[in-house]
Amino acid sequence: MILSPNTRKTLKALETPTEKKGKGSTNSIWRQPLAIVGLTIIGVWVFVAVFAPWVAPYDPYSQEFDKFIPPSAEHWMGTDELNRDILSRVIYGARISLPYSILLVVLSTIIGTIVGGVSGFFGGRVDATLMRITDMFFAFPGIILAMAVAAALGPEIRNAVIAITIVAWPVYARLVRGLILNSKSSDYVTASSLLGSSSIRTLFVDLRPNISGPVFVLMALEVGTALLLLSGLSFLGLGATPPSAEWGAMVSMGAVNFDRWWVGLFPGIAILTAVLAFNFIGDTLRDALDPRTAKALRD
Amino acid sequence: MTLLNVSDLTVTLATSTGDADAVRNLSFSLDRGEILGIAGESGSGKTMTALSIMGLLPYKGKASGSINFDGKEVLGSSKKKYQHMRGKEISMIFQDPMTSLHPMLTVQTQLTEHMRYHDKMSKSAARESALKLLDTVKIPDPASALRAHPSQFSGGMRQRIAIAMALACEPKLLIADEPTTALDVTVQAGILRLLHQIRDERNLSIMIITHDLGVLSSLTDKILIMYAGSEVESGPARELLSNPRHPYSQGLIAALPGASREGKFLTSIDGMPPELGNFPSGCAFHPRCGFAEDRCSVPPIDATVVSKGHRIYCPVNPFAHDRVEQS
Amino acid sequence: MNEILSVDDLVVEYNRDGTKVRAVAGVDLRLEKGEILGLVGESGCGKSTLGKAIVGILGAAEGEVIFDGLPVKKLTRGKRPEHFRNLQMVFQDPYGSLNPRRKIGAQVIDGLVIGGMHRSKALARAQELLATVGLPADALGRFPHQFSGGQRQRIAIARALAASASVLIADEPISALDTSSQAQVSNLLVNLVHELSVGMVFISHDLSIVRRISDRVAVMYLGKIVETGTVEQIWESPAHPYTKALIAAIPHADGRSSMPADLPGDVPNPMSPPSGCRFHPRCPLAMPECAVVEPEFVTLADNRQVACHLQKAGQEPVSLELIPRVPAS
Repeated sequence: MILSPNTRKTLKALETPTEKKGKGSTNSIWRQPLAIVGLTIIGVWVFVAVFAPWVAPYDPYSQEFDKFIPPSAEHWMGTDELNRDILSRVIYGARISLPYSILLVVLSTIIGTIVGGVSGFFGGRVDATLMRITDMFFAFPGIILAMAVAAALGPEIRNAVIAITIVAWPVYARLVRGLILNSKSSDYVTASSLLGSSSIRTLFVDLRPNISGPVFVLMALEVGTALLLLSGLSFLGLGATPPSAEWGAMVSMGAVNFDRWWVGLFPGIAILTAVLAFNFIGDTLRDALDPRTAKALRD
Repeated sequence: MTLLNVSDLTVTLATSTGDADAVRNLSFSLDRGEILGIAGESGSGKTMTALSIMGLLPYKGKASGSINFDGKEVLGSSKKKYQHMRGKEISMIFQDPMTSLHPMLTVQTQLTEHMRYHDKMSKSAARESALKLLDTVKIPDPASALRAHPSQFSGGMRQRIAIAMALACEPKLLIADEPTTALDVTVQAGILRLLHQIRDERNLSIMIITHDLGVLSSLTDKILIMYAGSEVESGPARELLSNPRHPYSQGLIAALPGASREGKFLTSIDGMPPELGNFPSGCAFHPRCGFAEDRCSVPPIDATVVSKGHRIYCPVNPFAHDRVEQS
Repeated sequence: MNEILSVDDLVVEYNRDGTKVRAVAGVDLRLEKGEILGLVGESGCGKSTLGKAIVGILGAAEGEVIFDGLPVKKLTRGKRPEHFRNLQMVFQDPYGSLNPRRKIGAQVIDGLVIGGMHRSKALARAQELLATVGLPADALGRFPHQFSGGQRQRIAIARALAASASVLIADEPISALDTSSQAQVSNLLVNLVHELSVGMVFISHDLSIVRRISDRVAVMYLGKIVETGTVEQIWESPAHPYTKALIAAIPHADGRSSMPADLPGDVPNPMSPPSGCRFHPRCPLAMPECAVVEPEFVTLADNRQVACHLQKAGQEPVSLELIPRVPAS
């Protein structure tokens, strides 16, 4: 584009861009104390889960010890009602609880995003219908529905995951739909359409970046909930079956043997630390995403 | 007769990076029945000046200096004293009548609230007063207007109701913070005329804060131009606008779209106003000023008298044709 | 023919509590290449709605908009036809018109990439365009929140230019900016119109700026255009009483302390507009027929158009020296 000398002169008067402070690299966000704690804890559990055979002192299924030994030098967390070492079982429990919780969240996100996405994108009757279906799932108390499904399918960890996914997906649908509806009315979406973008392209190019952030935050926060629900079902006997070393099932045994406090406490602490850690990560992610708090975090 | 005398006013605000002065050693006076316009870009400190007179500074804001109203020192008054003063002696109206009127209360309630608090009027006496007020501000059909809610009125009407509220207890001073900025130009004309008429009828003093020089020209008797918390120029409205002497005032007036008929290109003062807490030393305008010399960055900057009642704060005084006195 | 945009009898409606309200109630407009047409009016007159309907964001209930020979259709889910991608809009809110989560470079080249250009070529072109609007090349990799309002408007303009805009509908493009940015963006738009022979409809409530930069002006009131003419005609000898009232209401910073003229009354509710001429209840020159018959939008001898019973088609305009400026004292 050739510009006349006059234009160049005028443009010289235009100021150079004032650079706002802070380019916002994600590195500095992760230096927040909560995030560090959360990541560390999860890191430890992942390590423990992956290297369980080397980390665990004993075979988690071995029943060669005495019953109900309190925590001691040989058994840091004592033994349970079937003569098994609890520490080893807690370590191996990470191999069940963590992957299945994450799997659960991923599945829920996929289903929820598709439903919410279609709903928000098409609007009208499609939206109304899908939202009424979502509302029905919302209306049911989660744990009851999960119990019903799990009971119907039979007690197995895989069925527990299915049951909880059925309960958990609506919250993602609501979120995604809300985000799409919000963004759909923005000027930048209109501008894209004016430039010739089809709605599908707008969905993937313009809307997706605005959706993925909040969805990831929700996922991080929901892993904790998923873990608790999974443990809860196992606690009720609807999830992991014996002799699996699943934290919820172990807590269940602890509840029955309340005077042997170590049986339920240690798996309970394991659940606690994992859920807290995911919540810390989720909170940090959410603060990082909100432009106002993100700026405060960076400065 | 002097109604308001502000002397050496400094307002300090608490920001995330520490304390910062939003208003610095500001002095001005206002007579009974006089209309003063305070002009400046956003961040110049004009709103804080008004709020300090009302005792409405934000949390952790502090004011020092002297604010003398009707013969009494009011700066540092107790909360109770300020409450008695607001509405009764000094009233304020704001830019957005949408948010300064309560959406859920009827016009009657909002109008009579002050009268019954300050003057202890009975409900019927207050209602009579309210009707008269709505008439003064030219609201059609005042009786049904009293029963209505603010949302049922247009922006201009709402601002008139806000003015009526402000006049309810017959204050001596009305402070108006950008009262017409959000209004259409014909509606604005009506409000300006109304303010002028009210001043004439009641000998009311008005302090109007705005960045719009056209509004200042139509309505005010004298103008005070602020930049970065300090005064740069003040004087009689007619004199100041036809003969601006401070480079900043000149820049503002020259930048008006209506200032020149030549060509389509607008001019503006180069650069941006400084941010709170980061004011340049000496004359805060010197980094953007085409006439700046070394002495401009060295405080203190003293006033230079241009003519009777007209002064500037500029050590260079580049537009002086005659010999001027250093005050 | 130099005419690039024409609007004929355009009606835009919306639904309010079951009733149809005409936000734009039959409007005619013409725009030529390289011309700046100022579209002015007060709140609720429908100028923004008109702008959106011209571009296709809103659909027309009646009438049509012809852009470069073809009628404009409302935006659909599919791709907007290539021909119309040269008809672009600049939005009022500089913070809403850019996607906060995408880099500037990606957004500026959208028009080019959709049109099939290779990405690297498009980015090179984007660099040129950013230079045209006065931003450095490294802006490409940054995000909108790193720029000021004025800069974001310039980026939005660059994006429209990338689509080879030949008509820009600018809907209050500088109202949300500070004074210096206003001057800069306004100057940029004026430059582009002249350099590239772009046609621009400049929608604004700021009459002073419209007067400086427009070639012609159209005045809207309650969904209809009451007058169009050159800037001189409109300002110096308005033919419609509303135009005259509007201009007389502008306060001048000339130190002469003249009070702007008041226009009593309120804008009527668009749901129930007055009979006959929509302005007649507030018009100081209203005649009996004004309440009954709606005046036609006619062309006068000096080529301007007006809808008023005082003015007759093909004749010279009748002067309206009836709303003087009143000195304050």
